[in-house]
Amino acid sequence: MSDVLLLSRFQFAITVFYHFLFVPLTIGLIVLIAWMETQHVRTKNPLYRQMADFWGKLFAINFVLGVVTGITMEFQFGTNWSEYSKYMGDIFGSPLAIEALVAFFLESTFMGIWLFGKDKISPKLRAFSIWMVALGTNISALWIITANGFMQNPVGYIERNGRIELQNFWEVVTNPYAWHMFVHTIVSCYIVGAFFVMAVSAWHLLRKQHVVFFEKSFKYALILGLIATTATPFIGHKSASFAAKMQPAKGAALEAVWETKEGLPFHIIQIPDPKNERNIVEFLTIPKLGSYFYTHSFDGKVVGFDQIPKDERPNVNIVFYSFRLMVALGLYFVALCWYGFYLYRKNKLIESKRFLKVVMYSVLLPYVAINAGWVVAEVGRQPWTVYGLMRTAEAVSPISLSQILFSLVSLVVFYTILLIADVYLMLKYAKKGPYASTATKGGEVQHVS
Amino acid sequence: MSHETVAIIWFGLWGLIWTVYFVLDGYTLGTGMLFPFLAKNRQERNQLQEAVGPFWGGNEVWLITAGGATFAAFPAVYADLFSFLYTPMMLILFALFFRAAGLEFMHKDESKRWQTSWKWAFTISSVALALLFGVAFANLFYGLKIGPSGYEGTFLGLLHPYGLLGGLLFTSLFIVSGALWIMIKTVGDVAQRAYQIARPASVVAAVVLSLFFVATSNRTTLFDNFTKAPILWIVPALTFVCALLMLLFVWQKRIGLAFANICLTIFTLMATGFIGMFPNMLPSRIDEKYSTTLFEAAGSELNLKIMLGVAIVMVPIIISYQLWSYKLFKEKITKETAKGYQ
Repeated sequence: MSDVLLLSRFQFAITVFYHFLFVPLTIGLIVLIAWMETQHVRTKNPLYRQMADFWGKLFAINFVLGVVTGITMEFQFGTNWSEYSKYMGDIFGSPLAIEALVAFFLESTFMGIWLFGKDKISPKLRAFSIWMVALGTNISALWIITANGFMQNPVGYIERNGRIELQNFWEVVTNPYAWHMFVHTIVSCYIVGAFFVMAVSAWHLLRKQHVVFFEKSFKYALILGLIATTATPFIGHKSASFAAKMQPAKGAALEAVWETKEGLPFHIIQIPDPKNERNIVEFLTIPKLGSYFYTHSFDGKVVGFDQIPKDERPNVNIVFYSFRLMVALGLYFVALCWYGFYLYRKNKLIESKRFLKVVMYSVLLPYVAINAGWVVAEVGRQPWTVYGLMRTAEAVSPISLSQILFSLVSLVVFYTILLIADVYLMLKYAKKGPYASTATKGGEVQHVS
Repeated sequence: MSHETVAIIWFGLWGLIWTVYFVLDGYTLGTGMLFPFLAKNRQERNQLQEAVGPFWGGNEVWLITAGGATFAAFPAVYADLFSFLYTPMMLILFALFFRAAGLEFMHKDESKRWQTSWKWAFTISSVALALLFGVAFANLFYGLKIGPSGYEGTFLGLLHPYGLLGGLLFTSLFIVSGALWIMIKTVGDVAQRAYQIARPASVVAAVVLSLFFVATSNRTTLFDNFTKAPILWIVPALTFVCALLMLLFVWQKRIGLAFANICLTIFTLMATGFIGMFPNMLPSRIDEKYSTTLFEAAGSELNLKIMLGVAIVMVPIIISYQLWSYKLFKEKITKETAKGYQ
């Protein structure tokens, strides 16, 4: 049974990571495309339409894989976590159903309209359709995170008939834990979208091709990136300190706090040693800052692992290093965006080859950061699947080892095939540039700007 | 409204959502199954892609909604159904991956190998989905080997003659639906070829449907509810009438009416199945006492009522913008103007 549990967890991790390779770009990129379509309506400048067509094509390739990998998630709670689904379904199922009703229908239907209608319908209708897609993708994040928020911080429920039953829907949808995560996730997705557009634009700008087109795209992404990266440290900090308050074990793992302390220092360099419940290295220490991070008071009390039973602790190393990685990358993104902004104001953006190269090679880092953030959220909650209510070990389906092996191996194989195809197509169409992708009849669209 | 009433309403909605999914995805799956046989060149493939392209994504969300509604309204059924039918469910997921990617990626590269691979991925996945869904629902109508300790059957155990007949039934109905849809949406050679297929396929579908009903009455307890309340016989009777009308209209080449009747055939067929299952959602073949009824599986009263409210508000909105999208793309697709997925 423990093998089935381990492999089921492995399968869930793989499928959710894989799904989340596509989702952040969907959420982030669509906002930029909608903005371009709006500009097209306002200015009637065909350049904006060409921009929306080019980025929209990349969006569409990414979108289809987001959809199909999402279906796996939708059914996997039943196939692999049936005990969880039985116990939790009364609360966990409804956000998923609502997500489909209010978000998935909207984004899928209007994506079809935009993709096949963009040469037939008016610019206003194009803009409207793409805004509906943007609305759908963003709302879908809200509902799935409402569901996840309940796992992190169960509210509005009562334990009855051997399961969790809904008692207060309002509490479930206003769960502060979920809203913290939602805002943090959405803004991080905008960083993914912004960096994607900046990186592809940088590739072309370095080759001095389609300069007007990609300078404009870069500018749009840079503005979104500036706002999103600057907001993220504050939003992320609020989210993390709230998480630490609600889940002390996760909180202790964030900074590897072994002893409960007032006036906890912060170590810029730190290496935890979970086996001996201590840190091997604590270096570049700033006194009392740790307490400030956790409690907004330099003398605040921070709960350490000494107050948490051993069987209620997550894997400290995974949580600790993922958290550090995410924070470090987040700060790097702020610096990169502000430096880009400085270059842009000085009109030196296109000449700064080194900067453009750095941006280009940074394209995957926001993906790393956002997935590291989810590792903190999910691994940090272990051994619980629903915090304080149900352990992960109790949640798994009573399936056989051969079944889980069959599905795990097949999923890895099929997902790898799809990923290779996706990366190939994304690179191909990103490099191809705007002319090949524009569907406008009668040759090239003129650059007017 | 009592808990029982709202649970029964949800059972109806649950059946309705699955039914709408099969009616709508039926024509896309049919188009997928016929794709390589109807389209002989790039332009014609574009025509077929464009015939389903604007709609299939929105249609597939009905499946996701069916999953979500099962989870929300009948958590125990969601948990048991998909873990009992673990292997077929996984195969359905894999086929859904490649149906979508096949359709959308096919023309994104000029290499012959690329195009052929994704084309067949699209077609084989569509066949697999029709078969698997047919086998799965036939088994639900037939009853699963559910004993005191849960599911006692195997994947191959689902492939008994009645299950296979269900797979064949879905496949043949969807092929007819796809062929008629292509005739509605396109003009030219593909529409001609679709008609060549629609005629024999409609006969096969009607024959398989008759066999399925005979087998249902001999091999399952599905018709017990109808015997108890004979007024209900009107539903399977309608299935027959619609199938016959479909046959008639296909041969008269009145394609719009034929398509409406194949949709109604699928609709009333599923309705017959769900009425027959009532109040069971997971019927046991071993003993009635191991079956799960909708009352046992239902979510809490508050949850069901809130979800009902959400559905009452959202479903009309969804239907109106989906209808609007059908109206927007109502023009017939010609060889010359078709772009497909570029």
